[in-house]
Amino acid sequence: MLWTTNSQASSTNSVLEPEDSMTNTISFKLNDKPVRLKVDGDRPLLWVLRTDLGLTGTKYGCGEGHCGSCTVLLNQRATRSCLLKIKDVMDKEVVTIEGLAKDGKLHPLQKAFMEHDGLQCGYCTPGMILTAVSLLKFNPQPTEQQINKGMEQNFCRCGAQVRIVQAIQAAAAEMKGAR
Amino acid sequence: MNTNDYLAANFRDIHGFEDFYTQSRREFFKRAGGGILIFVALNDLLFGQEEAGRPRGGRPGLPSDFNAFLRIGEDGRVTCLTGKIEMGQGPITSLPQMLAEELETPLDTVDIIMGDTDLCPWDMGTFGSMTTRMFGPALRAAAAEAKVVLLELAADSLKVPQTQLVAKDGIIFDQKNQKNRVTYGQLAKGQKIERHLQAKPALKDPTQFKIAGKPHTRRDAEVKVTGKAHYAADIRVPGMLYARILRPPAHGAKLKNVDTAPARQIAGVQVVQDGDLVAVLHELPDVAETALRKIKAEFDVPEATVDDKNIFDHLLSVAPEPNILKQGGDLDEGKKLAAKKFESTYLNSYVAHSAMETHAALAQIEGDKATVWASTQNPFGARDQIAQAIGFPAEKVRVITPFVGGGFGGKTNNAEAVEAARLAKAAGKPVQVMWTREEEFFYDTFRPAAVVKINSGVDGSGKMAFWDYDVFFAGDRGAQQFYIVPNHRTAAHGGGWGGTRGSHPFATGAWRAPGNNTNTFARESHIDIMAAGAGIDPVEFRLNNLSDARMARVLKSAADHFGWTPAKAPSKRGYGVACGIDAGTYVAAIAEVVVDAAKGTVQVKRVVCAQDMGVVINPEGATIQMEGCITMGLGYALTEEVHFKCGRVLDTNYDTYEIPRFSWVPKIETVLIENNETAPQGGGEPAIILMGALIANAIHDATGARMFQLPMTPDRVKTALQKV
Repeated sequence: MLWTTNSQASSTNSVLEPEDSMTNTISFKLNDKPVRLKVDGDRPLLWVLRTDLGLTGTKYGCGEGHCGSCTVLLNQRATRSCLLKIKDVMDKEVVTIEGLAKDGKLHPLQKAFMEHDGLQCGYCTPGMILTAVSLLKFNPQPTEQQINKGMEQNFCRCGAQVRIVQAIQAAAAEMKGAR
Repeated sequence: MNTNDYLAANFRDIHGFEDFYTQSRREFFKRAGGGILIFVALNDLLFGQEEAGRPRGGRPGLPSDFNAFLRIGEDGRVTCLTGKIEMGQGPITSLPQMLAEELETPLDTVDIIMGDTDLCPWDMGTFGSMTTRMFGPALRAAAAEAKVVLLELAADSLKVPQTQLVAKDGIIFDQKNQKNRVTYGQLAKGQKIERHLQAKPALKDPTQFKIAGKPHTRRDAEVKVTGKAHYAADIRVPGMLYARILRPPAHGAKLKNVDTAPARQIAGVQVVQDGDLVAVLHELPDVAETALRKIKAEFDVPEATVDDKNIFDHLLSVAPEPNILKQGGDLDEGKKLAAKKFESTYLNSYVAHSAMETHAALAQIEGDKATVWASTQNPFGARDQIAQAIGFPAEKVRVITPFVGGGFGGKTNNAEAVEAARLAKAAGKPVQVMWTREEEFFYDTFRPAAVVKINSGVDGSGKMAFWDYDVFFAGDRGAQQFYIVPNHRTAAHGGGWGGTRGSHPFATGAWRAPGNNTNTFARESHIDIMAAGAGIDPVEFRLNNLSDARMARVLKSAADHFGWTPAKAPSKRGYGVACGIDAGTYVAAIAEVVVDAAKGTVQVKRVVCAQDMGVVINPEGATIQMEGCITMGLGYALTEEVHFKCGRVLDTNYDTYEIPRFSWVPKIETVLIENNETAPQGGGEPAIILMGALIANAIHDATGARMFQLPMTPDRVKTALQKV
């Protein structure tokens, strides 16, 4: 591992090169910075993020792409990191929840989730916010129905859906179509 | 110690976390330095309900006669230490609000440390909507007592009689000379005061609240929207390994033989076998998973015939004798009085907790001390279970609870924490266990399947004449009848949620408002059947049979807000009503649904919910909990059901077990009834109890079809429609 996004990366995880598996060199952009990793290219992005790179904001929820807890942005589009092989992010751009705020300024969606209580336990929140970022990117002024449709595959067990929709509407209004 | 570090240490920054938690408790108190410490025992203050019948788990090295304490530091910051945990329900905000209110200090000077068994006083656990109603008064009392101490100190310091002093915003001043003032921090300086609360101090009248009772943004919001909030599986310590555990194919299966050699061929894999516990450990969780798949194992699977279809017959056949909860009048007399009689049986399936965070724990053993970070609702229970499993004394086990990613009653068993500790001990390295979603569906302590049988009758004037109620395996919570009925009997067969031996095919346990979802579904469906049978509007029928003014007010409030106009059901409008009591809180709701008769699907369009929960500490938080209850309750009402056969749980992920989604959520309108005469009551659970009957009654109003089984799946709705 040549680079980590922040100092929180644990010192425990050195580059691991299992003898019985393929080791690939994967280069991609992560939270606006270039990354080069020597890893087995078939490993899921989710676990590379959470262990090798120490970015624990991306959560495991179901491991099969149903729930959306592990959502990241891949070339600006919401993508399930549990189903994505690390070799498939080669030369692409990945944004995790840790990389959404720019220059210490929260993204309008992050602010809106705070202001509208779009969270309870907070576990689904990173995936919710990144899915909403992607939704507004491709549809800056969604109707309530379009928001529901766009968020449908992200699960929140606490029942914060009402507030999440309000937060997305507020953020869309604040962003005024800016992508 | 600068108490800012507490928040950082607990929740905000992983380095702070590590630094902080290497301290011993002794070190903590040494570094805590001077200040004022206030201890409160719930029992002394008659708040002991929470501990009724439970042995007190003493905190090693500290007196066991208190449940809460707070400290005012020399820098004026106030720290609250509590064994309660934050799992989304909001005490990280509401408890400091209460404390700040009574202590007359700004909210941002209050820090809170939660769920650390070495630092916080013993606590039974976070469940039963008890944090605000049971623990809250104790914390407020501690804060009020602290204010008394501060006023005594200020009287000395300012040379002014106490009666002349005013405490406000962390400052005490002489009301005759406001320049003669002293801050809480100045008063605490050089002090080493310990005060044990003896008498219940006077608490503020809720109408005087300035901080509590007002909406506040959650204190954990920023860390949760930036990914900085740490849950148990996010904790990293040097040298840690990730475990994947060999699981049986069915409940009750026993390991016959196992070949772990193929797993060991993967570089870096360590295999642990400790009795039935077989696990592979690796520096990377996904490699551990790959290694686990290479293990060859054979299990003896016991013969089992119970499945999700025949479970109700099975439960009735093994049901214990009834425990009569309440009876009065004469049922035979009531039957004579009845102009119309009604007999129904209601069924409830097993339901999963399905928190988005699966059970997770990290265990680290250093010398003779074990530290376990766990996603648990009862850290002290976890501590004792871990201590027993690894043969350590309880004081040598420390459980730290980071943020918990949803609990709903499902994070009280602590099996994953015990597994992590056993594996860490066996491997000699820190070990993380994080259950997969499949393990979560297998090892959950499900909400028990249950049966309710009701016989009842209505006289010629629309009054209830008799009520004979038997609940099997859901317990008594919510079973008590609150309508007026002269001749009645209410009985529970099988008390708690754990069932009796031979009853449930897997573990069962408390699920958000345990028992009450089942009991309220049955009671409120049956009340509706009687109203329809008597040809009376369902709201009017309920009001006619209520003498409890609090309930009548809640129901009228919901009806008024909804714009209810009387009609007997089925009116084809798709309107349903339900009432209930849970955790001391009264709730009533009215819903509007649309039924697609061809598909059997139900869309809930609108829910109006009124709630009387006594004094409201955080109205925004209470409203959010109501919305959460209504949304989560759509699941057990419409889709959620654990499928199983012969000890195997057939649902392994969300492809077959459907939880509520965005498009299901109705327009939700909530009404909080002002009631400052009643102490704060539970808020995290009450509204969810209504959802089964509320939707069942609305389906009946829309179509004339009566639903007797939860969940009301499309197939069941279509079957019921055929009977209309």
